[in-house]
Amino acid sequence: MATLQLREAIHDAMVEEMDRDANVFLMGEEVADYNGAYKVSEGMLERFGDKRVIDTPISENGFAGLGLGAAMNGLRPIIEFMTWNFAFVAMDQIVNNAAKIRYMSGGQFSFPIVFRGPNGAAGQLAATHNTSVEALYSCFPGLKVISISNPDDAKGLLKSAIRDDDPVVFLESEFMYGMRGEVSEAEDYTIPIGKARIAREGDAVTIIGHNKSYWRAMEAAEMLEADGYHAEVIDPRTIRPFDWETVIGSVKKTNRCVVVDESNPFASVAAEVTFQIQHRAFDYLDAPVSRITAKDTPAPYAKNLMAYYLPSAEDVYRACKDVMYVS
Amino acid sequence: MAIAVEMPKMTDTMQEGVLVAWLVEEGSTIAAGDVIAQVETDKATMDVEAYDDGVLLKRVAAEGDALPIGSLIAVLGKTGEDVSDVLKAYEGAPTVAAAPEEAVAAPATVAEVPTATDEDPKRVKASPLARRMAKDHGLNLGQLAGSGPEGRIIKRDIASALSARPAPTPVRAPGTREYTSVRITQMRKAIARRLAESKFSSPHFYLTVDVAMERCVEARRAINRRQEERGESGISFNDFVTKACATALTQHPAVNSSYDAEAGEIRQYGYVDIGIAVALEEGLVTPVVRDADHRSFLEIAAETRALATKARNRQLTPDEMAGSTFTTSNLGMFGIESFTAIINPPNAAILAIGAIRDVPVVENGQVVAGKRMHLTLSCDHRAVDGATGARFLSAVQGYLEEPLTLFV
Repeated sequence: MATLQLREAIHDAMVEEMDRDANVFLMGEEVADYNGAYKVSEGMLERFGDKRVIDTPISENGFAGLGLGAAMNGLRPIIEFMTWNFAFVAMDQIVNNAAKIRYMSGGQFSFPIVFRGPNGAAGQLAATHNTSVEALYSCFPGLKVISISNPDDAKGLLKSAIRDDDPVVFLESEFMYGMRGEVSEAEDYTIPIGKARIAREGDAVTIIGHNKSYWRAMEAAEMLEADGYHAEVIDPRTIRPFDWETVIGSVKKTNRCVVVDESNPFASVAAEVTFQIQHRAFDYLDAPVSRITAKDTPAPYAKNLMAYYLPSAEDVYRACKDVMYVS
Repeated sequence: MAIAVEMPKMTDTMQEGVLVAWLVEEGSTIAAGDVIAQVETDKATMDVEAYDDGVLLKRVAAEGDALPIGSLIAVLGKTGEDVSDVLKAYEGAPTVAAAPEEAVAAPATVAEVPTATDEDPKRVKASPLARRMAKDHGLNLGQLAGSGPEGRIIKRDIASALSARPAPTPVRAPGTREYTSVRITQMRKAIARRLAESKFSSPHFYLTVDVAMERCVEARRAINRRQEERGESGISFNDFVTKACATALTQHPAVNSSYDAEAGEIRQYGYVDIGIAVALEEGLVTPVVRDADHRSFLEIAAETRALATKARNRQLTPDEMAGSTFTTSNLGMFGIESFTAIINPPNAAILAIGAIRDVPVVENGQVVAGKRMHLTLSCDHRAVDGATGARFLSAVQGYLEEPLTLFV
């Protein structure tokens, strides 16, 4: 095991795949000369040259489309968005082309492409730079959506995403780029897409959280442990296809579930997970499934309001005690 | 006009049924053929199907009610339709008596026990898990207090109700005279009625033989060794008796008969359907092995095993229990050496099978180890005379003592 920052794990995944396959290349704003807005692509221009590490103008719709064209012609692009907030202007390419052309062409064209970048809240950046997009992209069949919470998953899943023949939306986090964690040094380390990870085993309640919400879930589990309750924490890691088997199996064991999701609540991933649990594990539920999400407003700017807006470990802890019927 | 749904007659002998469970809520739309409720009859728990399409407007019977055939149990119709006409039409019908609880305390305290039927079951709030657990364990949610929000019954309420069961045996204070009242089930009522009728109306006499079982023991061992090698189930001594009876009955039709006073005839059956008594916790049932005279040993064994399993799971259909021409009852597994059985009407005889005993026997003036089994035949003297019964029983004995003759 090596201890790496999340940014280094993502960097290593891209470098290893570019070493392995000459068709893989990286394109985005500031990825080359500046070494990436978050230094994820540090040294890659020097290593691979400007044909494979390409700076773009500020034109997300343009370079997303460029990437799709390259993918249709046999290359395997990694498209970096400086943040997923900027990718809204590229949605036509991602939603109408990436997600649908394989279906509409009867399988003649596929898109082995990864769109990656930081997602969700990133501090006092105000409403337009704090959006969580996983529910949005997950609602389009044809896209795979991965949201990682730690360096090890980041490396293993990004390598799988680059090798996948379908378009993958890969969601990172500004807050977590500097986070350190153990990363497997196994040769050619990949983690299969669509497999959740049971991060902590328990019998009192199932807490589900991805990306930063995973850490709120883990903190809440610690607080519950101090009270003598063993919570089970699941990081779905892949939002689509979702690993229902693992989640339903856990809920059948614990009979209670809290879903943590920093998106706005309406039609969120938490909403879908809650539906599936009540549908598939109805007779096993001892309490209604609960969820902790961002508040149903645009993200505020003020620091205190932002803290109130996002899910906190305390919120999750209280929700768990509610579904466990303990005060 | 709304449609009345009545307690159906589900078996030939059924006089009343207990509505065990409603499977459809009021207001649900149902189609003809949908199962809407379960009813415990004298022999089995059976599904009640709707005969008409419509919306279930009203459940008239409550779960636990014991109702005579033809009583109104529900009303079907169109949403919003008036049901009062139907209810009025059934007024004055036999009163609906709630079946008493499984076990109540001494009568003096009954009044203090709240009855579940006072509660509207729809108003019970329980988590889905609690409902499932209650169903699995046969708990009545209406009798539990919920500790969740707004009185919701949750997992821990069920768990504590289960841990409270069975109630600890109270230490009896000297001088008290309490008893436990156990509800008479439909099955027990049927047993009481049929066996009383048999014992009072058919004059029983009894014949006993002691059968040498050494050759059966050998034959069974050989057959089962072969079955084991094939990975298949073996046969039991009871199957030998069934086979021997089936063969002997074809030669002694007077025993394979019914005395029918009303029809003025004794019916001698041209086929052999053997009822086999199976003990259950709540009583006994007698599933029937059809055409036993035409079945091989292995077929009889497999059929008997399948019927006994169904009986224990209370899955026997009335058809599978009706129409025997002769019955056997075996208490050998309890170590009972011999007993007399009450004839299962309308049969003319029943064979009681005892345990196989290791006994000293005299052979050629020497005492050697032997295996013996008592068979006691109860005969209805109206149809079977002593000599007739004796010839039949002797034939059965002959087959069991020389089981090879069963294969020719």
